[in-house]
Amino acid sequence: MNIMGENEMENPKDLKYTKEHEWIKVENDIGTVGITDFAQDALTDVVFVELPKIGKKVERFKTAATIESVKSVSDIFAPVSGEIAEVNQQLAEHPEFVNKDPYGDGWIFKIKMTDKTEIDKLMSSEEYIKIAKEE
Amino acid sequence: MKLIFEKSSAGRKAVELPKLDVPEKSDLIPTNMLRNELSLPELSEIDVVRHYTELSRKNFGVDNGFYPLGSCTMKYNPKINEDISRLPGFTSIHPLTSIGLNQGALQLMYELEKDLCEITGMSRFTLQPAAGSHGELVGVMIIKKYFEVKNENRTKILIPDSAHGTNPASAALCEFETVEIKSNNEGCVDMEDLKNHMGKDVAGLMLTNPNTLGLSDKNILRIAKVLHDNGSLFYCDGANANAVVGVVRIAEMGFDIVHLNLHKTFSTPHGIGGPGSGPVGVVDSLVDFLPVPLVEEKNGDYSLDYNLKNSIGQVRSFYGNFSVLVRAYTYIKSLGAEGIRQIAENAVLNANYMMSKLKKHFDLPYDIVCKHEFVLSDKGMPNHITTMDIAKRLLDYGYHAPTIYFPLIVHGSIMIEPTETESKQTMDEFIDVMIKIKKEASDNPDLLRNAPSTTPVKRLDAVLAARKPVLKYEE
Amino acid sequence: MDYIPNTESEKKEMLKEIGVNDTLDLFKDIDKKLILKEPLKISGKLSEIDVRKKIEGISKKNKIMKNFLGAGCYSHFIPSVVDHLISRSEFYTAYTPYQPEISQGALQSIFEFQTYICKLTGMDVANASMYDGSTALAEAAFMAHSITGKNKIIIPKTIHPEYRKVVETYCGMHNINCVEIDYNNGTIDIENLKNEIDDNTAAVLVQNPNFFGCIEDIDEIEKFAREKKALLVACVVEAASLGILKPQNADIVVGDIQSFGIPLSFGGPASGFMAVKKEHMRKMPGRLVGQTVDADGKKGFILTLQAREQHVRREKATSNICTNSALMALASIVYLSMLGKQLKDLANINLQKSHYAFEKLKQNFEILFSSIFFNEFVIKCNDSGKLISKMQENNIVPGLDLGKYYSELKNHLLVCVTEMHSKEDIDNFVELMKE
Repeated sequence: MNIMGENEMENPKDLKYTKEHEWIKVENDIGTVGITDFAQDALTDVVFVELPKIGKKVERFKTAATIESVKSVSDIFAPVSGEIAEVNQQLAEHPEFVNKDPYGDGWIFKIKMTDKTEIDKLMSSEEYIKIAKEE
Repeated sequence: MKLIFEKSSAGRKAVELPKLDVPEKSDLIPTNMLRNELSLPELSEIDVVRHYTELSRKNFGVDNGFYPLGSCTMKYNPKINEDISRLPGFTSIHPLTSIGLNQGALQLMYELEKDLCEITGMSRFTLQPAAGSHGELVGVMIIKKYFEVKNENRTKILIPDSAHGTNPASAALCEFETVEIKSNNEGCVDMEDLKNHMGKDVAGLMLTNPNTLGLSDKNILRIAKVLHDNGSLFYCDGANANAVVGVVRIAEMGFDIVHLNLHKTFSTPHGIGGPGSGPVGVVDSLVDFLPVPLVEEKNGDYSLDYNLKNSIGQVRSFYGNFSVLVRAYTYIKSLGAEGIRQIAENAVLNANYMMSKLKKHFDLPYDIVCKHEFVLSDKGMPNHITTMDIAKRLLDYGYHAPTIYFPLIVHGSIMIEPTETESKQTMDEFIDVMIKIKKEASDNPDLLRNAPSTTPVKRLDAVLAARKPVLKYEE
Repeated sequence: MDYIPNTESEKKEMLKEIGVNDTLDLFKDIDKKLILKEPLKISGKLSEIDVRKKIEGISKKNKIMKNFLGAGCYSHFIPSVVDHLISRSEFYTAYTPYQPEISQGALQSIFEFQTYICKLTGMDVANASMYDGSTALAEAAFMAHSITGKNKIIIPKTIHPEYRKVVETYCGMHNINCVEIDYNNGTIDIENLKNEIDDNTAAVLVQNPNFFGCIEDIDEIEKFAREKKALLVACVVEAASLGILKPQNADIVVGDIQSFGIPLSFGGPASGFMAVKKEHMRKMPGRLVGQTVDADGKKGFILTLQAREQHVRREKATSNICTNSALMALASIVYLSMLGKQLKDLANINLQKSHYAFEKLKQNFEILFSSIFFNEFVIKCNDSGKLISKMQENNIVPGLDLGKYYSELKNHLLVCVTEMHSKEDIDNFVELMKE
């Protein structure tokens, strides 16, 4: 596994980030959520993603899903509040998408947001790089 | 190697069943309740014997070689224990016949309990729990019931960050909130952190002592005082009792409850993952909460007492893993008081000896006198060689690796517990091999990265096993 | 006898290397006042000769009887092979297979056990074993609560009383409400079930054959469970019945394999098992062995899905189990490999002999239940205490006095007959049983 350095880290600038290493891409009132490159690297090979049910109500910064590697399990927190609109069913057969393409095919779920202002409280990509470096 | 099912051949029989000597009736059970097929293999006795014999040869036990698995106490399993546990007077008795028919079994359990009380200083023991973590659950259940009866709403259990995962799991199963207590830079409980977390909602602290780093907490009596002053209980995870039996009494360290692992400290075999036995001992004030039944004695007659006022109930069917108890009893009788003390003294001597020698070559995060085990790490290993690589290379040299990546508070931890039943010679040979492996890490790191290469299989793909679980054989 | 190889001179060398004078110097981190000055009040070291004498003497105080008693602990034929194979020390002196490369023996055995359990129960996935049937049932109740989010467990009185006590102890710690339902003619009272099962029911637990030996109509019970979206948990205490009864369409099947090659042993250890439908796999406690390949592509086995377990999930774990009963599970698969398809014949022998005994005892004893049964049944006598004493004098245990567990069933005996009882044994038993 590559150890990501500040310059090598791939984290798209048009996304927002949480300090728990989730990213969110907003289009209208739908936010697509996944975990960052830093997070997938720290987890090592993802073996299973427990996806939430469609329609489930989620609260900002509360657990929405869990992700497992061989030796660990981590919570994925919802970056914003709302309702689960869609989940990435591909991950059932291909959990490795989270590792290979964390910002693309490795997306995890989509939230229909209830409060768009919550987005402004999240980090930009520069702010995220800073805290990820410190870990 | 084939699975047993793949060796089946239609028509083979291994067993001669007795002929049916009573008239056979049909329709005793309606057809819609009967199975249509029973897809079990057909084998002859020699097939079965060869298959499992071959499997045993692909396994490694204490009888095969040095097994320094930290926190597991892989000591020698005496064979007399095996013989005694197989006496017909022990194997052929039913738990539900009149107690007059089972006086020997009850006597053995009673005397074993007394010995465990004498060793630990506790007032009574339950022999019911089937394993250490089962004992832990019982301990936490007792804590919960104790405060219920006292009408005190205590919702938190404190657990050090070095603790084994079963501790918080047991607490959570009884609906306690678990609060992590930090370790100080000596690897022991941070007293400030402990004091800051005390409150009237704290039910107790679960502590392994010596801890999972093999270190005895100097502040043990102070910790007990802090807890007791707060009306909280003090639970001892006795997994590391091998370091103290006969030298210190656990109850005298201030603990109120302790679980022991007979399959660790008391030499009963681990059996590829069980059965074990996890008796739980308590101080006087908690006796009423123990699971029922307890064994009582009056005028030489033994009986089962189900009348404990505040008992948590029953935690398994019948009385305990009896044939495991027989082995532990045999062990205690063989060793006697003198032998029991020698366990701890020699376990600690052996561990410190190995630590003194190995610290010259490997990183030792806590350079303090240890008890029965100690922790090294892979810090400073050349060529990015990891703990995993070292462990796998040890397999090539005919050893079972030490415990790796536990406790979590040491990165890349290697926990070594020789136990008292290993000779200086064995330990010296192991140390020489560790030094050799370190040199290989410098000169020829691929030997480690590709290890093991001499074992029945090489490193296995754990990711595949988890991503695409295949958990049974299908034809 | 102690098992310490090092001589005094070797110990001195070691102390020198460490840099201390005395072993007790290594205990300086323990408060001096805690170090024991007196030896423990335990008898002295004994040689093997004396240990044997002493403990053999204790064992002889246990009376070996001819048991017509089951009630969760069954006398069955154990092929000699079983003990020989589980006595191979590469198995019994080994630990949990955490270093899979040198533990393929253990791992493959457990994989075979998982397979055997699935074959017998018809379930998709089985784990590496549990402590015993009763704790397996308790953990199944927890699982049902975790899966459904509901708080009520229906636990019929036809389940082994000791198992029920364990489930109630476990559930009591976790705010899960256990509701007992009655029996009617020896099986679950369907009316009672209908009244108690509701939308808050997480699971219905059913033992089959039940504690009275009677065979439940699982299909009927399943209907009610499905209606209320409750899980069906089946429990098998007399594993020999698996040779003859069809697998149940349960969500979780648990039980004990004591009947498969494990001696009575005063009630333990045997081994519990748990098997589930595929969709519940990740909520299952206990270890799981999976098949995989090694670096050369060779087939091998490894502990897998460990992210479910306590050492990973810690306070989020749904169970704390680590050590299970793997060696006893190994004994059971040696047994099953020896019996193979003849398990069906063995079960039939049990069925026939118990019914033969039943017909004969019917002449002198009132029969309580007319339900179909496997190898246990209930008879009513005038004075069970007297009868049991009389039979004991003839070295026979005639069954279990049900008054021990059911106040309404005083003077009722639960009688068990297996392949271990010859026709002669049974005829003799019946003859002596005249009150």
